[in-house]
Amino acid sequence: MAGLEIPTWDPATALLIGVILFEAVVLYVGYGALERLLGPRIMKLLLGGVDSAER
Amino acid sequence: MLNGSVGSLGIAPELLAVFVGFGLVVGILFGFFGMGGSFLVTPALLMMGYPPRVAVGSGMAFVFGTAVIATLKHHDLGQVDYKLGGIMIAGTTLGIEVGRASVFYLEDLGLAGGIISIAYVLLLGGIGLMVTREAIKGGGGGIDHDAVEKDLSEYEIPDTAKWIQQTIRIPPMVTLRGDVRVSAWVITFVAFLTGLLSGFLGVGGGFIRMPAMIYGIGVPVPVAVGTDLFEIVFSGAIGSYLYGQGGGVDLGIVVPLLLGSALGARVGSAATAVVDADGIKIYFGGMLLAGAVAVGIGEIGSYVGNPVLETIGLLLVIGAAVVVAAAILYTTVISLRESHHPSPSTAD
Repeated sequence: MAGLEIPTWDPATALLIGVILFEAVVLYVGYGALERLLGPRIMKLLLGGVDSAER
Repeated sequence: MLNGSVGSLGIAPELLAVFVGFGLVVGILFGFFGMGGSFLVTPALLMMGYPPRVAVGSGMAFVFGTAVIATLKHHDLGQVDYKLGGIMIAGTTLGIEVGRASVFYLEDLGLAGGIISIAYVLLLGGIGLMVTREAIKGGGGGIDHDAVEKDLSEYEIPDTAKWIQQTIRIPPMVTLRGDVRVSAWVITFVAFLTGLLSGFLGVGGGFIRMPAMIYGIGVPVPVAVGTDLFEIVFSGAIGSYLYGQGGGVDLGIVVPLLLGSALGARVGSAATAVVDADGIKIYFGGMLLAGAVAVGIGEIGSYVGNPVLETIGLLLVIGAAVVVAAAILYTTVISLRESHHPSPSTAD
């Protein structure tokens, strides 16, 4: 029978969770920078079509 | 290096593209509605044939990653009550462990897939009906994005929360942001129930916890949103760790899903500034109902050994999410163009 389990220290699993945490932080910062960089151009593209974005 | 799979993730490029794309769709839904999306991942993985512990474990790890990103944003806005979050974490941890132990026990009995799917049918169906009904009535459902911009002192405590605060006064009492005073046991009980749901279904539990915090504890909406996300970071990390120890977290699933959802969440969140969410909530409710039907069809297909039914179920759950996400994007672009070009004669 599966009873309650106290988490035990497992370096491999901790690394697994660390990888996901690291990816999340990198994505937050990375997409944030990307948004600042490309956001205005994408807005122009959406509002005025391809021609206005190229101007 | 790639040799039929992408790097160390050990996943075929086609599958990688599917996960990034699905993550994008889930992210748009999460960013726009502030809930949803994530609890489509586990049933989709189940229908793709992943073992229950991998579907639930990877779904939970995905929720963890998504919550980290969203909490960073809400922390910047000062919308996190760390005292409330700390108590919630304690209750949720116990709830998750009981839920997780239940999954592993049911898996030993060979019943996990069926029971988890039935629980999803009930959950998605119930919430789908509730959201659709609210949308038809013209009421809420999901996050009121305008509410996030109000001052905390402007929020009224719901009657149910007032009643609970006045009736259940078991010490220790704690004071939360927005001058809310409530028994720590009420918070712990709410946390345990939502943790149980998280551990059993691999979901963040925010769609239950947020209304519970607002209507059960009485915290202002922005604090409920921010604290809920902060709490999901911890519950998701603990749940992912426990599932990871049992081999239940597959990075080949989580990494591409997160890659897509982080981008989708930004798009969905930005869309809330230009689109009235009420108009789309009815589609969201319909999507949840379609998800419930899809899981039901997939489970019947699995039970009678009909792979076509399983495929139909999978296509239905993903298709419904894609349609709603596409509706959000389409409405956003149309709204943007209309707001900048009110009259067609003035357009270039």
